[in-house]
Amino acid sequence: MRGYLPDYQLTTATNLTDALIQMEKGAKPFAGGTDIMVLLDAGSLSPGSFVSLLDIKELRGIKIQKNIFTLGALTTYSEVRDHKFLQKHFPVLCQSAQEVGAIAIQNRGTIGGNIANGSPAADFPPGLLIYEALIHLVSKRGLRTVDYTKFHSGYKKNLLEKDELIHSVSLVNDFKDYHHFWRKVGSRKAQAISKTMIAGIAKLNKKRVEDLRVAFGSVAATAVRCYHVESFLKGKNLSPSVILEAKKILGKDIQPIDDIRSTGKYRLAVSQNVLEEFLCGIGSDK
Amino acid sequence: MKTLSLIINGKKRTLKFHPLSRLLDVLREELQLTGTKEGCGEGECGACSVMLDGKLVNSCLVPVLQAQGKKILTVEGLAKKSLSSLQKCFMNCGGAQCGICTPGMLMAAHALTQKKKKLSKQEIREGLGGNLCRCTGYGPIIDSIQSLGRKS
Repeated sequence: MRGYLPDYQLTTATNLTDALIQMEKGAKPFAGGTDIMVLLDAGSLSPGSFVSLLDIKELRGIKIQKNIFTLGALTTYSEVRDHKFLQKHFPVLCQSAQEVGAIAIQNRGTIGGNIANGSPAADFPPGLLIYEALIHLVSKRGLRTVDYTKFHSGYKKNLLEKDELIHSVSLVNDFKDYHHFWRKVGSRKAQAISKTMIAGIAKLNKKRVEDLRVAFGSVAATAVRCYHVESFLKGKNLSPSVILEAKKILGKDIQPIDDIRSTGKYRLAVSQNVLEEFLCGIGSDK
Repeated sequence: MKTLSLIINGKKRTLKFHPLSRLLDVLREELQLTGTKEGCGEGECGACSVMLDGKLVNSCLVPVLQAQGKKILTVEGLAKKSLSSLQKCFMNCGGAQCGICTPGMLMAAHALTQKKKKLSKQEIREGLGGNLCRCTGYGPIIDSIQSLGRKS
């Protein structure tokens, strides 16, 4: 049954200071609403006060300074999807944004919300993990920066304090000559929550792996970087036997479970197959 | 309750709402604009699609507070003196079957055809990815939108 509206309050903050003051008083942040409104409708949203962030200009937009791209927390999937420079330098983020829900969701959902909601099946995190984004958090105490690879500490857990907001995410444009790969496996192309998804980048030097990063979503309590696979592959020639071994090692990095969307066994097998697809494509770019 | 103003199909409407009321309920129950339908109520089916400040949204996922002062276009606003070209294409190509998904399909198609009219089947499929038709009448819906491109 739907949540009883009088149990909730929603106000608008017009600037960051206003939002942080309201959060100090206990209000929870509310961005595009694509997760919170679903919980409200299902009757599983805890009663309380919320503060809408959508009017805070400081949290909006994509800025480029030299080789650093900064995405405000309120940047929508549509803005990421359509951004020409992001498409060129961070294609995995644009492809993942294009495959979230469908257009109407992409117009509302934000990168900050996607990260803070902390679903293991969230679409941005694998890309942010491989590009080694920095995440900037703000509270009345000031701004702090954390490596995104350390941000998610467990299922729906992260480093955010109660009075702290995600301010922005920044990326260093450092991936020229890399092969970029993204694949989401769901029940259908649009509107599907994934069974597994992979983000990968790699660079070869004389046919050997100079740098390779791979992350998966939906196969552990959070999106995960696959450090066992990465360290095994560094310096190697991607021969069929090496790829076969990498697929076996993947089992050390991910812990897929049975749930309503899939089974652990299926998820592991498909994850191994999409890893193979990624590895076989490295070196094929013109 | 809070007094809020919305610009709906070009007309300013001021009413008292709970700020977390769904835009969908405000349209249907307070303003009797029942063209917008409720399907799933969780952003999966697209029956409640409307344009908010020129962008397609699921009105079931928008709290009315976030629509304060903004322009909303519903299916009722598509026709001016007569039906829009897009609506005529849906009629001519059999783009409506039982009709429940049609307002949402029209809004998604309206959003899709704002930038360009001549679209491939693939582009149309992507643009309608968030709209479900339980009659599975997707073929004629896609034909309807393609026929708009042939007319212009």
